[in-house]
Amino acid sequence: MINRLARLPWGALVLVAAFLVPAAGSRFYTFLANDVAIWALFATSLNLLVGYTGLVSFGHAAYFGIGAYTTGLLMKKLAAPFVLAFPAAGVVAGALALVFGFFCVRLTRIYFAMLTLAFAQIVWAICFKWNELTGGEQGMPEIPYPDFAWLDRLASVPLVGGWRTAEYFYFLTLILVALCLWALRRIAGSPFGRMLTTIRENAERAEFIGVNVRRYELAAFVLAAAFAGLAGGLFGIFNRGVFPDFAYWTKSSEVLIMTLLGGMGTFYGPAVGALALILLNQQITSYTEYWPFVLGTILIVLLFVFPGGLAGAAALIGRRLGRPRRA
Amino acid sequence: MPDPSFVFAQSVSGLTAAMFLFLIASGLSLIFGVLRVLNFAHGTFYMLGAYCAYQFMVWLRPGPGKFWLAALAAGLVIAALGGLVERLLFRHLYGKEELYQLLFTYALVLVLSDAAKMIWGTQQKSVTRPPELTGAFTVFGATIPDYNLLILLLGPAIALAVWYVLQRTRVGRFIRAAALDRETLGALGVNVNALYTWVFVMASFLGGLGGALISPMRATVPGMDTEVIVEAFVVVVIGGLGSFWGTFLGALIYGQVLSFGILLFPRFSIFAVFALMAAVLIVRPWGLLGRPLK
Repeated sequence: MINRLARLPWGALVLVAAFLVPAAGSRFYTFLANDVAIWALFATSLNLLVGYTGLVSFGHAAYFGIGAYTTGLLMKKLAAPFVLAFPAAGVVAGALALVFGFFCVRLTRIYFAMLTLAFAQIVWAICFKWNELTGGEQGMPEIPYPDFAWLDRLASVPLVGGWRTAEYFYFLTLILVALCLWALRRIAGSPFGRMLTTIRENAERAEFIGVNVRRYELAAFVLAAAFAGLAGGLFGIFNRGVFPDFAYWTKSSEVLIMTLLGGMGTFYGPAVGALALILLNQQITSYTEYWPFVLGTILIVLLFVFPGGLAGAAALIGRRLGRPRRA
Repeated sequence: MPDPSFVFAQSVSGLTAAMFLFLIASGLSLIFGVLRVLNFAHGTFYMLGAYCAYQFMVWLRPGPGKFWLAALAAGLVIAALGGLVERLLFRHLYGKEELYQLLFTYALVLVLSDAAKMIWGTQQKSVTRPPELTGAFTVFGATIPDYNLLILLLGPAIALAVWYVLQRTRVGRFIRAAALDRETLGALGVNVNALYTWVFVMASFLGGLGGALISPMRATVPGMDTEVIVEAFVVVVIGGLGSFWGTFLGALIYGQVLSFGILLFPRFSIFAVFALMAAVLIVRPWGLLGRPLK
């Protein structure tokens, strides 16, 4: 039973279900689903670094913020089309990560975390103070949506046409996030990805068998940052504005919490974590304004009781249920 | 060339800021040096110290000497809170991965700062200066409030006191030994668990006291904890994680960079501070006065 469930093409099923959200639910659910999709990409990109390579970054929000500002600036100030502005977010975030990462991967453990934090705070300080370019503390409101006017020709086609811009953007987000996740999955499963796991398990040993550990770590750092940048590019448009706190250190810890909540050991864990955290937030904030208190409590329980996150807990239950069949 | 009295005033204000940073960062550095944990919640202890001082002042009513009583009481309350947190929760995370420890201390930030919001609301709270120190006097044409001068004296005094405890007392020797080799110390019959709790208590006391002492100078508001903890990180990284005098030096450097950075490049002084932190980490990850970790 469990085995048969595991063999279903979950990725495709979730994607189809996500496409049906606007048709089935209200605008509010579409909004939530869009939020989840973007954060799922952001958290999965972090997992490539933390979960697969074992590098704890405390400044991943920097690349999310850079991506958001890149797409936002290109689309708002230069009126660039989305096809250009979106990949640019990944390229700029990745390029910046190449510079920052060059220094970061030379440090280990807590020093690595501190240097990523320092670089992220530099990015934040620049976004916060460079009024002419970034709008400073006030941020940059009114990022335009991509142009969906050409879709009006399809207006009469059922299910495909006739949606509002926000819903078209949601479909676009789904397609792009699905592509990015597919790419990340390919990377994680490739020989390169396996080598990252080897480095996580035993960097010294990897060095002995002739692996250039720093170069692999740098590559993982750049890739993770590029995908975080793409997530940020989408988020700026979705949020209808880009603000300096996108790059603030508390954002970095938020995405770490998502990753941990879902489970770092698995590929889809962080995405599940993003879903769980956003739905939980939405539920709890309707009862109380003290969401951080609840989140903190959940996190403490999680750390002490389920260090493997939701995915780890599910795998544990799955094994328990699956055992009698094999016996 | 700017007016010398202005430069002097600016550097004194940098020094005052440095004393507060030292109070909070020294606790952070102590915990890292001995327990090998970066405690994000240390900034929240600082904020709670300020709130507690405010609360005690409400209860005690302003009067001569009352503020000092309130500040001391606030420090002790936070010390007790720190001890409790260590005993009940933190203890179970030693030796786990850094990520779990960092996220646990971050969870504490979320819980404690929201609890502060529940108790004291989101309005800013301010404490009036102690009546015996409301004046100011003039040195080299710069006006310095009496209270700031006291802080300038108190900072080094506390530094010396902590140094004395660490270097010249039996407990201090144990603490330094625990930082070097916890197993051997335990094997020699020292109760390392209790020692860790005391380190946490001492560090929390310093953080709480720092918060209480800054409450007459700056309004206490929610969110000051996440701001100050990053500043404290910068200080301990510059000076060297776990190095006591390094933290003092780091605080002095931070204070001066910030107060002169505002003069030279008004908009990028925060940038300068983080750039300095990154530069130190790149060139000497263990900080100016620290030692490399094994």
